[in-house]
Amino acid sequence: MSRIELRGVSKDFGNTPVLNDIDLSISPGEFCVFVGPSGCGKSTLLRLLAGLEDPSAGEIEIDGVLVNHLPPARRNVAMVFQSYALYPHMSVHQNMAFGLQHRKLPSDEIERRIADAVRILQLDSLLQRRPRELSGGQRQRVAIARAIVRQPKVFLFDEPLSNLDAALRVHTRLEIARLHRALGSASMVYVTHDQVEAMTLADRIVLLQPLAGRRGAPSVAQAGPPLDLYHHPANRFVAGFIGSPAMNFVDARVKSLGDEQVVADASGMLCAARLSSQGLTPGEPVTLGIRPEHVVLGQGPQRARVSHVERLGELSHVYLDLPGASTPLLAKSPRDDIAIGELLAFDFPAQVMHLFRSDGVAQARGAACTATRSGRVKSQWYEPS
Amino acid sequence: MSAVNAAEGSARTSQRRAAPGRRRFPCGPIVYWAASLLFIFVSIFPLLYALSTSFKQGSALFSPTLWPEAPTFANYSGVFTEQPFAQNLLNSLLVAGSVVTLSLVLSLMAAWAFGRVEFRGRGLLLMLILSASMLPQVAVLSGMFELVRALAMYDTLGALVVADLVLTLPFTVWVLVTFMRQLPKELEEAAAMDGVGVLTLVFRVFMPLLWPAMVATGLLAFIAAWNEFLFALTFTLSTEARTVPVAIALISTASGFELPWGKIMAASVIVTLPLVALVVVFQRRIVAGLSAGAVKG
Amino acid sequence: MRPRGGLAAQRVRHAWWMAAPMLVVLAAVGGWPLLRTIWFSVTDSDLSSLGDYAFIGLENYVGEYGLLASPDWWQAVGNTLLFTALSVALETLLGLGVALLLNQPSRLRTLLRAALLVPWAIPTVVSAKMWSWMLHDQFGIVNHHLLALGVIAVPLAWTADPQLSLFSVVLVDVWKATPYMALLILAALQMVPVDCYEAARVDGVPRWQVFRRITLPLIMPGLLVAMIFRTLDALRVFDLIYVMTSNSRDTQSMSVFVREQLIDFGLVGYGSAAATCLFFMIALLSIVAMGLLGKTVERAAR
Repeated sequence: MSRIELRGVSKDFGNTPVLNDIDLSISPGEFCVFVGPSGCGKSTLLRLLAGLEDPSAGEIEIDGVLVNHLPPARRNVAMVFQSYALYPHMSVHQNMAFGLQHRKLPSDEIERRIADAVRILQLDSLLQRRPRELSGGQRQRVAIARAIVRQPKVFLFDEPLSNLDAALRVHTRLEIARLHRALGSASMVYVTHDQVEAMTLADRIVLLQPLAGRRGAPSVAQAGPPLDLYHHPANRFVAGFIGSPAMNFVDARVKSLGDEQVVADASGMLCAARLSSQGLTPGEPVTLGIRPEHVVLGQGPQRARVSHVERLGELSHVYLDLPGASTPLLAKSPRDDIAIGELLAFDFPAQVMHLFRSDGVAQARGAACTATRSGRVKSQWYEPS
Repeated sequence: MSAVNAAEGSARTSQRRAAPGRRRFPCGPIVYWAASLLFIFVSIFPLLYALSTSFKQGSALFSPTLWPEAPTFANYSGVFTEQPFAQNLLNSLLVAGSVVTLSLVLSLMAAWAFGRVEFRGRGLLLMLILSASMLPQVAVLSGMFELVRALAMYDTLGALVVADLVLTLPFTVWVLVTFMRQLPKELEEAAAMDGVGVLTLVFRVFMPLLWPAMVATGLLAFIAAWNEFLFALTFTLSTEARTVPVAIALISTASGFELPWGKIMAASVIVTLPLVALVVVFQRRIVAGLSAGAVKG
Repeated sequence: MRPRGGLAAQRVRHAWWMAAPMLVVLAAVGGWPLLRTIWFSVTDSDLSSLGDYAFIGLENYVGEYGLLASPDWWQAVGNTLLFTALSVALETLLGLGVALLLNQPSRLRTLLRAALLVPWAIPTVVSAKMWSWMLHDQFGIVNHHLLALGVIAVPLAWTADPQLSLFSVVLVDVWKATPYMALLILAALQMVPVDCYEAARVDGVPRWQVFRRITLPLIMPGLLVAMIFRTLDALRVFDLIYVMTSNSRDTQSMSVFVREQLIDFGLVGYGSAAATCLFFMIALLSIVAMGLLGKTVERAAR
């Protein structure tokens, strides 16, 4: 069984730090997704696991073996590249067999493994074709099949869906999830910039943030099950990245503190949040956060004018002008008859409010629902640039 | 799909795009056609005239008509019977073949190192290799003479193979490096994941992809070795060890007074026609190879 | 990216192993003979007893019978420089013209390219022989037609007349090397964006002006590279002159001079001194050319 352990891993290219101080543990059979904006080093992290790059510092262990300087082929991992990287001059069959022949496997074993992969990915009719005779989706399946026949302990996927069109992407996403269930014991590490892919596929998400201008800060913004990151973002970066459309942020000051209750003043609008008050002092500047889907429209103590509406059919995006805020507040509503200029009542329910201190760290939920179910979340921080 | 094919493909599309406004020549169509036809005529006339002369004999040689009045194959048979010209042809073929094979194998390996790996001293070495292609042949002549003698290769084909490598290696390396650089990085990484060694990577993954470049480079090296004269003249002595350029340069009559022009032209035609055929068939590849070596450096 | 142990270092090690065979061979057949030649140039070595020589310092260069005091050597230097200047100038002009012909999309293009490659592929020895025959003083087709047209009154001894022979050699070199020049210039021409021509056409710029104001400046760096390549090539000319005019003093190039001394006269020391001079001349010129070229390319890029 393969357990991947990263301890204090850093990577820089020359003087440019790309990854910093990564501690991570991936369990056998886990589907782990590295996600983050471009430039956060997620692909580099995957390449470190693959053995295509050397870490600048730290240790990487697979299955209890230190693999820092082990060449890719001896790490028992297989990789699916963004560009598929199929050998253009070999048939589909040869593409799958090539690596196995080099590991001196008996040919009946090679044929057996290829037959298995062909069955799983329905490649029967394509075996003798060259890559250029295949569609994008077929190439993708061949690339995955080439990884499967290796029977690796860890599958590495580098943005495998980004070269496919939207419909095919959804289809292949389902197929990869199915494959993960079918292959059971193998771990999968998957890199994407698409949070929908991350949320739908992952057992656990590792959200990375770019290091630019944050020398010394760790790369991992938060790691945990998808819903943990959604409900309990550890800091403002995570809160803003996960969820679509993104969370609303409102500047405020702490007004009063109670037991498991914080009241903040956002330009005269008083908002209560059911959060631990620990460490806060009245008058302290903070940022309130609330997801568009959590804003209650049509009732409540607050009033605001509708500045714009986007009707998507199943729901509408309603933009409200808040006094003293530079950006409008976005709310989702099932109604499609809201008009621009309408004065709407709205409410921020205290139990869904997020609150971030000036260094970006989220104020923890009360003891009733601990923020760190995943257990390994380090205290992170975020500086608005 | 290879880098070379891709480059050609894009060149073709850009031409197609240019089709509506395709006037790049700075003068009108009359000048264009006149200049083109004149150029084609001047380029191929000497070869045609040589062909014509090669079928003439005796006093017919001295009439400058292009169409021989009494065509004869006597010159062609004479070339083969009066000297070991068949042997000379075989020699040229053996030398050029060995030089091409050695140059391609050595430079393909080196091209991987220089084209795809960054290491200290790479730029300096590449500059040295490039400057080796500027080396005048006579500058290595006495040293090479000594080397050839030390290796007991004087008056053998081996001497020519060894000597010709100094002419071909610099540009075969240079051209293959430019093509090697264009191959996608992921392919190499996929091979690394497959546990493929460097030699296998180069010869089983990259070489099949680089075959258009290999053909171009190989042809250039072949032509260089086939045409080489100075080393062949200096390092061989016996008529049996000569290559064709030397054999042609040294054809003479028994009397030694006037040169046997009919035979010389027959030999010239024999040597040249296969070359011209190769060049016409592979013209696109050769042009790509020549410009890759020169411009992208 | 600097390798720092581990995989990157291993890759660099592999690179050295892969480059090593080529580097060793090139050093053995290029570097070593060159060093030996330079060494021979300060000895009195001769061909019949290569290993038996004495160090004589710069005697071969500046001695009483040294290279620098030899009129034959200076004649060879002069011949070579004249040959180089004339042939490179003509080849550049004609090569540019031919490249422009080839750059024009047309049905003639394939035929033009094939015709272009014919003189280039023909062995130099063969083209020297073919032209020697065409330029033959008594039976040559060139004299025949010039006489018939009344351009000349008496047959010219193209390759034997000291006034003419160098120009005959230049003529043949131009015939043979213009294609190479044209190909290099063509490569530069094809990098001129098609949009440039179209934009100029939309603006109604006359064709000749398009060439002078747009094409020529854009291909200048490529043109210079081609000229440098050809110059370095012309400076070491051997085959053509050796075959067409043998060892005649009137056309003898530096390379022909070197071989005559080395092989025909067996003077390895003296010949090596001449070879060394030629080598350093070309080396110096390459360095100067690279410097100039670097500046031009920089200017063009700005």
